[in-house]
Amino acid sequence: MGIAAMLGTPVKRREDPRLITGQATYVDDIKLLGMLHMTVLRSPYGHARINTINTDAARQLPGVVAVYTAQDIKGTVGNIPVAAPLPPHITSGMGRRLPLAEEKVRFYGDPVAIVIAENRYIARDALDLIDVDYEPLPVAIDVEKAMQPDSPILYEEFKTNVATSMHPSSEQIDKIFADTVANGGVIVKERFVNQRLAPSPMETRGVVAEYRKSDKALSLWSSSQIPHLLRNYLAIQLGLEQNQVRVIVPEVGGGFGCKLNIYPEEALASFAAMKTGRPVKWIEDRDENLAATIHGRDQVNYLEAAATRDGKVVGLKFHVISDMGSYLQFFTDVIAIAFTLPMLSGCYDIPNIYSSCDTVFTNKAPTDAYRGAGRPEATYMVERAMDVIANELKRDPAEIRLLNFVQPEQFPHTMATGALYDSGNYGAALEKALDIIAYDKLREEQKQKRAQGKLMGIGISSYVEMCGIGPKGTTPFGLYESARVRIEQSGTVIVYTGTSPHGQGEETTFAQIVGNALSIPQEKVLVLHGDTDSTPEGRGTYGSRTTSVGGSAVFQATERLKEKMKTIAASMLEASASDIELEDEKFTVAGSPQKSVPFKKVAAAANTSNTLPPGIEPGLETTVFFEPEACTFPFGTHICVVEVDQDTGEPEITRYVAVDDCGKQLNPLIVAGQVHGGIAQGVGQAMYEEVVYNEDGQLLTSTFMDYAMPIAPELPHFELGHTVTPTNVNPLGVKGVGEAGTIGSTPAVAAAIADALGVAHIDMPLKSEKLWRIIHKQ
Amino acid sequence: MTTKRSITVTVNGQQHQTEVEPRMLLVHYLREVLDLTGTHIGCNTSQCGACVVMLNGEAIKSCTVLAVQADGGEVLTIEGLAPEGGLHPIQEGFWEKHGLQCGFCTPGMIMASYQLLKNNPHPTETEIRRGLEGNICRCTGYQNIVKAVQDASERMSTSAETPVPAGD
Repeated sequence: MGIAAMLGTPVKRREDPRLITGQATYVDDIKLLGMLHMTVLRSPYGHARINTINTDAARQLPGVVAVYTAQDIKGTVGNIPVAAPLPPHITSGMGRRLPLAEEKVRFYGDPVAIVIAENRYIARDALDLIDVDYEPLPVAIDVEKAMQPDSPILYEEFKTNVATSMHPSSEQIDKIFADTVANGGVIVKERFVNQRLAPSPMETRGVVAEYRKSDKALSLWSSSQIPHLLRNYLAIQLGLEQNQVRVIVPEVGGGFGCKLNIYPEEALASFAAMKTGRPVKWIEDRDENLAATIHGRDQVNYLEAAATRDGKVVGLKFHVISDMGSYLQFFTDVIAIAFTLPMLSGCYDIPNIYSSCDTVFTNKAPTDAYRGAGRPEATYMVERAMDVIANELKRDPAEIRLLNFVQPEQFPHTMATGALYDSGNYGAALEKALDIIAYDKLREEQKQKRAQGKLMGIGISSYVEMCGIGPKGTTPFGLYESARVRIEQSGTVIVYTGTSPHGQGEETTFAQIVGNALSIPQEKVLVLHGDTDSTPEGRGTYGSRTTSVGGSAVFQATERLKEKMKTIAASMLEASASDIELEDEKFTVAGSPQKSVPFKKVAAAANTSNTLPPGIEPGLETTVFFEPEACTFPFGTHICVVEVDQDTGEPEITRYVAVDDCGKQLNPLIVAGQVHGGIAQGVGQAMYEEVVYNEDGQLLTSTFMDYAMPIAPELPHFELGHTVTPTNVNPLGVKGVGEAGTIGSTPAVAAAIADALGVAHIDMPLKSEKLWRIIHKQ
Repeated sequence: MTTKRSITVTVNGQQHQTEVEPRMLLVHYLREVLDLTGTHIGCNTSQCGACVVMLNGEAIKSCTVLAVQADGGEVLTIEGLAPEGGLHPIQEGFWEKHGLQCGFCTPGMIMASYQLLKNNPHPTETEIRRGLEGNICRCTGYQNIVKAVQDASERMSTSAETPVPAGD
């Protein structure tokens, strides 16, 4: 492969050799001398008062080193951090918690005590010896009931479960709706439940904490997406200086947003290591993961849409209810407000958008970011709205979409929601998807199948999402990304990135960026991440921001070093720096190809310094912090075809086409992989996945036996296409693709199944029993 | 504490004699006693298949098998699949076709594919998907895993010298 063609080519991942041979080090693979094991006693109730906790028997079990409850950590360990506390209630304590429950437990799985023991079997045995006297309380499970005045209250002092309630005047939108009706237009209404999901990375959470008392040095290995944020907040929680805490993120077995958080166990294992003076490991069991790691989605949404008789949407009115669960985790309170509301216009040029929003506490696990984080909910509402309108007007859903899209020449475009979209060509992506799937022929086939009594359905979803966060001011801690790039004497390169991958293949992509910029083979570039002692302050990997924000920092740092190398090469070649070109591992004087010096020689000259001209600082190392000025807005169209079995209600996806536009693709192999995996998770929400609590607050989906994620035979072969609409928000022209598949797929599948059954809308998950009941009117 | 039991297990061709608690899971024995951490634990209830290893020639979920049940047996783990320094054709297939992302399910997925190809060297796409239904991958959507197994199947049928490690 030519070096110049390195960007945009499907380079095989450099991460894989260690992963396919079992040599990668995940957190549970770490073994330290003298290491103890921690287990967590969790509430078996959704809501209860803690009268007493007796830990005597547990402490006496041979091999148990310590047992701690809230009483032991109070005053030493601070509250669980919240990224952006919203006034007024939250700043005064609503939803805040210590890492161990005091006085009350508020969800099934709420941590109550920890055991520290010589091995994990003893630590587990000891949990059964802790005697907690609970006084069970009535629970608030259904979010709409939890908003009522007679509901059981999680935080009694606030006298309500509603944390924020935003209800601007709807006078203007109501008038538009009235005018639409007066002019012969239509109004459609629908209620959507965007059900609660469990992110379920295959690796659960886990930590190892080690503390050296002599110099108060805490090292914490954690399966996290945010090493620096974790380090900074953990230092505050534990009363240590930032530079006394080192967070190391080893190999991470998936995150999907749920490891973009600071959890009780990180502070608890650290506390235990500080107290006992021995390293402490905690590895989450899957039942703990399903109960006590954050959940995603969980919104109840009300839609009203107004459209003219010829299909032009003139207004959308939304009411968004966000079920936050029992406590505030890192972004719990802002998912709906910051990520759902701005995206409520989707791809469409709709002049009037109204939204109101309530965020509510219930006796369930906290919700927070899960792949898409607020944007899938928005897309689902908007896309279902377009279908409901099309259904009402008896128009084709593709046609309604094409009629309402923001047009390419309108970008950059400020939507009625206030979001500023960078670039897009929504019609092109939709047309391409229609073309790939041969849409007209497919509708013909559907007619024939229906005539034979078969339930075939076609669903379309045109999505747009918001990625690459920043910009400045979005969070209290800033959403930049960083890169330190060092070119060594031998001509090899080390990149230290502030981002922190967990399966995205960023070592490969970043090496491609550097290799391409320096015209050296990407194999010469080493990419390091995840250690707060060696990497520059960064914000981590989430929100499809790694390449667009982190990659841009890598690119700019590399370009800066390239310029310095050109100056050095110019002096070596006795030419002007502006005439120096870098190609095929050589610096050459433009127009004089015989005058050249190898890349390696310039790297050596810079690092050995003796031959450098005066005024040039030795070394080739620089750090760049890249802060985007705006977000990017990737988009695309997904089309799903299903057939539902009349007799069993079982839906089967027979074809799936996805056309995604993530701007420039740096590694199409990795892009396709992200799209595949994203679609699988979106299909999971549409068809299978749902966290279920019973009316007493018991979790019914606490193993993978009951929480069903898609398995290989349940998914089709995905047919991918793409369009490329670059962005000028970052120097790489990339938009982000990590969440696109999840955002685009759910509405497409939901639409296809509704179409198959000939109804406007069915709430997810679209399991066979539910469909059978609709088919057979049971 | 329960009395420990002595077990003898041959893992990746090497025999180990160890005293273990009767309740110790095979996966903990492999990971914590023998330090073979390539086999992972994903669900504790035998749904996800991250812990799949070969025991006496058959793929098993080592999170729901006791170490004492492997007494006298032969175990093959991801670490023993290929000769030192090399890759098994299935591993090559996963690398070539981007059959993994976070890599956590991958050792189990590769071992399940090993079993699948042993019983059916030329599976169809449907047979591959069914053959891997006991393994959950949350990252890839399985499409590239299917391609990886197809690729491995081709490699194994064209290569006369497919490594056949001990324990199988």
